[in-house]
Amino acid sequence: MLTPVLSDNWDQIRSWQLASYQRSGGYEALKTALRMQPADVVTAVKDSGLRGRGGAGFPTGMKWSFIPQDNPKPKYLVVNADESEPGTCKDIPLMLASPHTLVEGVIISAYAIRANTAFIYVRGEVLHVVRRLQQAVAEARAAGFIGVDILGSGYDLDVIVHAGAGAYICGEETALLDSLEGRRGQPRLRPPFPAVAGLYGCPTVINNVESIASVPSIIANGPDWFASMGTEKSKGPTIYSLSGHVTRPGQYEAPMGITLRELLDLAGGVREGHTLKFWTPGGSSTPLLTADHLDVPLDYEGVSGAGSLLGTKALQIFDETVCPVRATLRWTEFYKHESCGKCTPCREGTWWLVQILERLEAGQGGEEDLETLLDLSDNITGRSFCALADGATAPITSSIQHFKDDYIAHFTNGGCPFDPMASTVFATAGASA
Amino acid sequence: MSDTTVPYSTGETKLGDTTLAEMRELAARYPVGRSALLPMLHLVQSVEGRITPEGIEACADVLGLTGAEVSAVATFYTMYKRRPVGDYHVGVCTNTLCAVMGGDLIFERLKQHLDVGNDETTEDGKITLEHLECNAACDYAPVMMVNWEFFDDMTPESATQLVDDLREGTEVKSPRGATICTWREAERVLAGFPDGRADEGPTGGKATLAGLRLARERNWKAPQGNHSGRAPEPEQTVSPDAASGPRPEDQPGKESQTVHTDDARKED
Repeated sequence: MLTPVLSDNWDQIRSWQLASYQRSGGYEALKTALRMQPADVVTAVKDSGLRGRGGAGFPTGMKWSFIPQDNPKPKYLVVNADESEPGTCKDIPLMLASPHTLVEGVIISAYAIRANTAFIYVRGEVLHVVRRLQQAVAEARAAGFIGVDILGSGYDLDVIVHAGAGAYICGEETALLDSLEGRRGQPRLRPPFPAVAGLYGCPTVINNVESIASVPSIIANGPDWFASMGTEKSKGPTIYSLSGHVTRPGQYEAPMGITLRELLDLAGGVREGHTLKFWTPGGSSTPLLTADHLDVPLDYEGVSGAGSLLGTKALQIFDETVCPVRATLRWTEFYKHESCGKCTPCREGTWWLVQILERLEAGQGGEEDLETLLDLSDNITGRSFCALADGATAPITSSIQHFKDDYIAHFTNGGCPFDPMASTVFATAGASA
Repeated sequence: MSDTTVPYSTGETKLGDTTLAEMRELAARYPVGRSALLPMLHLVQSVEGRITPEGIEACADVLGLTGAEVSAVATFYTMYKRRPVGDYHVGVCTNTLCAVMGGDLIFERLKQHLDVGNDETTEDGKITLEHLECNAACDYAPVMMVNWEFFDDMTPESATQLVDDLREGTEVKSPRGATICTWREAERVLAGFPDGRADEGPTGGKATLAGLRLARERNWKAPQGNHSGRAPEPEQTVSPDAASGPRPEDQPGKESQTVHTDDARKED
């Protein structure tokens, strides 16, 4: 039921070191790839059916094929390691445990698109991940996997580990590019897409950590092997992250299309004595789902069909002790704080949303305010450069859809009817907070 | 926010030729020098303890930018601080999931315990407290960070103990990282100058390995590949005991509360 591929070496001794990674077969795929034509590597990734693991699900091989090889400018590969979507916690443990899986993927992917410089843009707030990445790149360079004439192939590559400085918006690919150019991280208008005019105006591929880390296994085992796992249109194994009110939270690598019911079963269920109230399929920017959706296949099509998005497969589990209004307000405060300020609907709209939600949580409001929230959300979503604005409205519209009664209870109760202590992990641990 | 006023410039700067040379070294690592601006600002913080006007001017000089252009960038990112940061930057995640799991109560307790508000520093200059947005460790909620190292599964008690230890100078280790260095030392690593501590700490914590341990216990594997690109069988690198499955206390329904050090799969 579980299919550890990316996570398969995480229990090996010093799995983050080159020697350990190579004992697990690491860098054999690189040797295979360097014996192939770059275009054939692109084809292999296309044939595997790998889709972007950063949330959007765009086919990775197709993204690579958009790089115009007749363009004389340098090509760049940029890894989006700015994992910041609330609930998302898959790339950070991967890079801590096995940074070489990513580095090997970077080298193969850069070779495929004929880039001679690659960047790993990692969020700055994860010091030890930065250390492990820096060391992995240094080890790979010393071993001749990075640098000039890699393994006698004539292919040259430099890899730069770049730490960000705290900005959720830089997980958006064009904002990330601006940030990597030493600017404020603000999204760009598309087109042109990064494949045509990305970093420094040059053709650029930007992929999520898990996408790039999946490439070595595809080259090593073949696209058919990868496509043998998963569902019709969502292929391969992937990392699902369970957090919140679940007995054994953590990382569970399974074929695409597993259900939350199955995952919860593996993770020991919702915390003892409690029941599932709501959950996010892929971070806070994906509309909330409820216990009615336990059997939805967690692939791109299945979750879309249920009215949400697969996103980053960040399954945040909330039991009946959690107030959906409090949860929604807190997420909305997050989006307000992280809005880069470029587009008016997002910059102004998220402030308005917070103000209204604050009133509602305090019990000062009425049902007409819910209409105002929905109206505002309708005027924010789809009206900005990037998807941050759309994400900001997802918790609001979905929580009103599923939990209107909880909103109304705040009005009739004159405040929040939930006990904030009951939802804590130390609720029964005798903590005297 | 703090009402404490900080002089725009104290007239003193520790930025010297060494730092300027390091700034140029950073700029030379990139195809276009300006890409080094974020690392350079981390470097300024590692030397100055905050972003100083002199630091902004130094970045501008090295990159051929105006001070306004550098300021525009420095003020955009939350990790860059205009007020001096203590030896230990202590963050408490109060995004939704950590908040409801206990982050809100932990943050309130720490404000009380340290007698500071958000983004303020204790009088002894040891600790700066700040509430954080999601730090990508939700499977260990509630989460705290000290100088951007993970502290997992926190409670109000463990949080106050942690800050007490930091203030008293007791050696503190991250459960998934290294021995805690100072904030300035951390900023230097983020600037791109490694400190040689990558080998400290484990591969991951209990939640990181939760799925893998279950797969080992039940002998679940991904299908075999068609190609022979990979080495057929990894060498035995774990003890037979460890390879045979998860520890008894990690089996479903039996939660373990402690990290065992005698597990061969658990490094160091």
